Amino acid sequence: MDKDIKKKSTTPRGKSNAKKIPLDKIFQAITFTACLGVILLLGFIIFKLFMESSLSVDKFGFKFITSMEWDPVNGEFGAGAYIFGTIVSSLIAILIATPVSVGIALYLTEIAPPWLSTPVGFLVELLAAIPSVIYGLWGIFVFVPFIRQYIQKPIGDLFGWIPLFSGPPLGIGMLSAGLILAIMIIPIITAISRDIISSVPTLQREGAMALGATRWEVIKYATLPFAKSGILGGIILGMGRALGETMAVTMVIGNRPEIKASLFAPAHSMAAVIANEFTEATDDIYLSALIEVGLLLFLVTFIMNGLARFFIWSVARGPKGGIRQ
Amino acid sequence: MFKKAGLISLVLILALSLVVVGCGKKEDVKQEGANQEATEPAKDLTINGAGATFPYPLYSKMFAAYNKLNPEIKVNYQSIGSGGGVKQMMEETVSFGASDAFLSEEEMGKIKNGVVHVPMTIGAVAVVYNLEGISSGVKLTQETLTGIYLGTIKKWNDPKIAADNANIKLPNEDITPVFRSDGSGTTSIFTDYLSKVSSAWKEKIGAGKSVKFPVGIGGKGNEGVAGQVKQLPGSIGYVELAYATTNNLSYAKLRNLEGNFTEPSLEAASASAAGAIADMPKDTRVSIVEPAGKDAYGIVGFSWILLNEKYENQAMKEELLKLTKWMYRDGQQFAKDLHYAPIPEEIAKLNDNNLTVIK
Repeated sequence: MDKDIKKKSTTPRGKSNAKKIPLDKIFQAITFTACLGVILLLGFIIFKLFMESSLSVDKFGFKFITSMEWDPVNGEFGAGAYIFGTIVSSLIAILIATPVSVGIALYLTEIAPPWLSTPVGFLVELLAAIPSVIYGLWGIFVFVPFIRQYIQKPIGDLFGWIPLFSGPPLGIGMLSAGLILAIMIIPIITAISRDIISSVPTLQREGAMALGATRWEVIKYATLPFAKSGILGGIILGMGRALGETMAVTMVIGNRPEIKASLFAPAHSMAAVIANEFTEATDDIYLSALIEVGLLLFLVTFIMNGLARFFIWSVARGPKGGIRQ
Repeated sequence: MFKKAGLISLVLILALSLVVVGCGKKEDVKQEGANQEATEPAKDLTINGAGATFPYPLYSKMFAAYNKLNPEIKVNYQSIGSGGGVKQMMEETVSFGASDAFLSEEEMGKIKNGVVHVPMTIGAVAVVYNLEGISSGVKLTQETLTGIYLGTIKKWNDPKIAADNANIKLPNEDITPVFRSDGSGTTSIFTDYLSKVSSAWKEKIGAGKSVKFPVGIGGKGNEGVAGQVKQLPGSIGYVELAYATTNNLSYAKLRNLEGNFTEPSLEAASASAAGAIADMPKDTRVSIVEPAGKDAYGIVGFSWILLNEKYENQAMKEELLKLTKWMYRDGQQFAKDLHYAPIPEEIAKLNDNNLTVIK
């Protein structure tokens, strides 16, 4: 075995000796197939979505994206309110979950003693294993009344004149959906951030400390710059989950296809409308419109991912680690 | 080298797709097998059906009881929703369907072997609310209920509601209507009722399994609506009667066609169906909301079993007919315990007659 490896490392790629060619190639083919299979699958899904939604695309055209009219009885469909709901609820989730998750990850790796960080880390990861329908039920019966009573009512009393916080405090609505999504993606972002941060070389930290840095300065100048792109990767994964989340969102968002400035108002999301209406949509155009929503959800996820990646690229261009000045 | 890898992977993909195709074929074989079994009546027979979720607890109880009486007959019923059941009928993958809404002419045209509607049970939809300190019995009229769901009546102490409830002190609280966000037979019956009693609702919104509600918030499923109403003070919603009673929700009395305020109950639902028989078309494809009768309750609807007019497998057809007849006669004994309203004998007779066309 050792010999083989040595030999391999000395022979140029592709010209290794005849005996081990088959194994090598078969392995390569298997991995390549796995990879290709996923790409083909993705291609098939997009193709199928395109085909099945053509009826709705032809009928409503571009208006489908901007219109808020969703009236199955009269056969009028527009996904504007759903797109808005999906994007806004995910953004709320990201805005809340990111600082909390990075905070947890830093505490667990840099500050907490091991006897605490191991069980706490485990508990945070356990949050990720809770099925989303449980989050939804807990959302209706515990979380939403709490939000209504202790967050929306006081904020509404004080800042009700700002459109963002206007309207009756129902508990159900965009804010609750964003918050519950935040809770759901915190374990994902935390787990990835923690792994990334703990992989920052100790030398890096020791170097900073040797220069007289405080703990905060070590985190700011040595740890975070090194872990930055990895943490952003974690945020992207979290965002992916938030965009596609269905059950928990539909239980607390209010399922009302409207665009309102207020965070307290009920809203709707793309994944939720598909899950809600797909089983009973027998009309051809109705079904086609729902599938077009699915296609658009694909596109929205794709674009959001692209934007996030661009953001990472532009942030991570600087020196990957080391003390920056 | 890359080329070779590509070649091998191509072979692998071909092999994979063969496996997939093979799987698909296997199912065909299975089905054929099932059909063959069916031609020999003495052997075990599985009848496949799919459709409405609302009557599922009743049907599964009926099928289990029938299986005890006739051990060779097994019924495999998938509660995938009324729309799904209809779709499966169109694709000829099931022997019978079940739906909470009768089929339109267009839908019937898409089912190659024809459809016979067999009313099997009656569903009542309760209007539930959450008002602190007020239990069941708030009286609502056709106008006030429609007003609430149209958004023209916004407060619980609105004079229009108060006029019928002199003995109850209604609070000065916002009304939040809750509707079903998922497509459902319950919404279909409820909006059918609102369309029948209000021309404004009929013109602006109409009836269907999902409609564009002008106000309110949506809950997913009966449990979602029941949950929202339970936790949101001042809310009002509609759920199947069983959900209202098992969740201890307060429900409203509705004014019926003859001016009496009636509670949703199994007796009232059966009375409603009996009241509707007079003008019922023979094929039972009719909405029975707001029927005549002084004890009738307005928001009720049939749940149908859907059979084909033609079956290729005669042995299976015989068994399916036996089963169906048993369900709307003997099977009805299970209805009350499970909070379903049994269908009146007059409708069973109508069914007897309708089933004779099946070949």
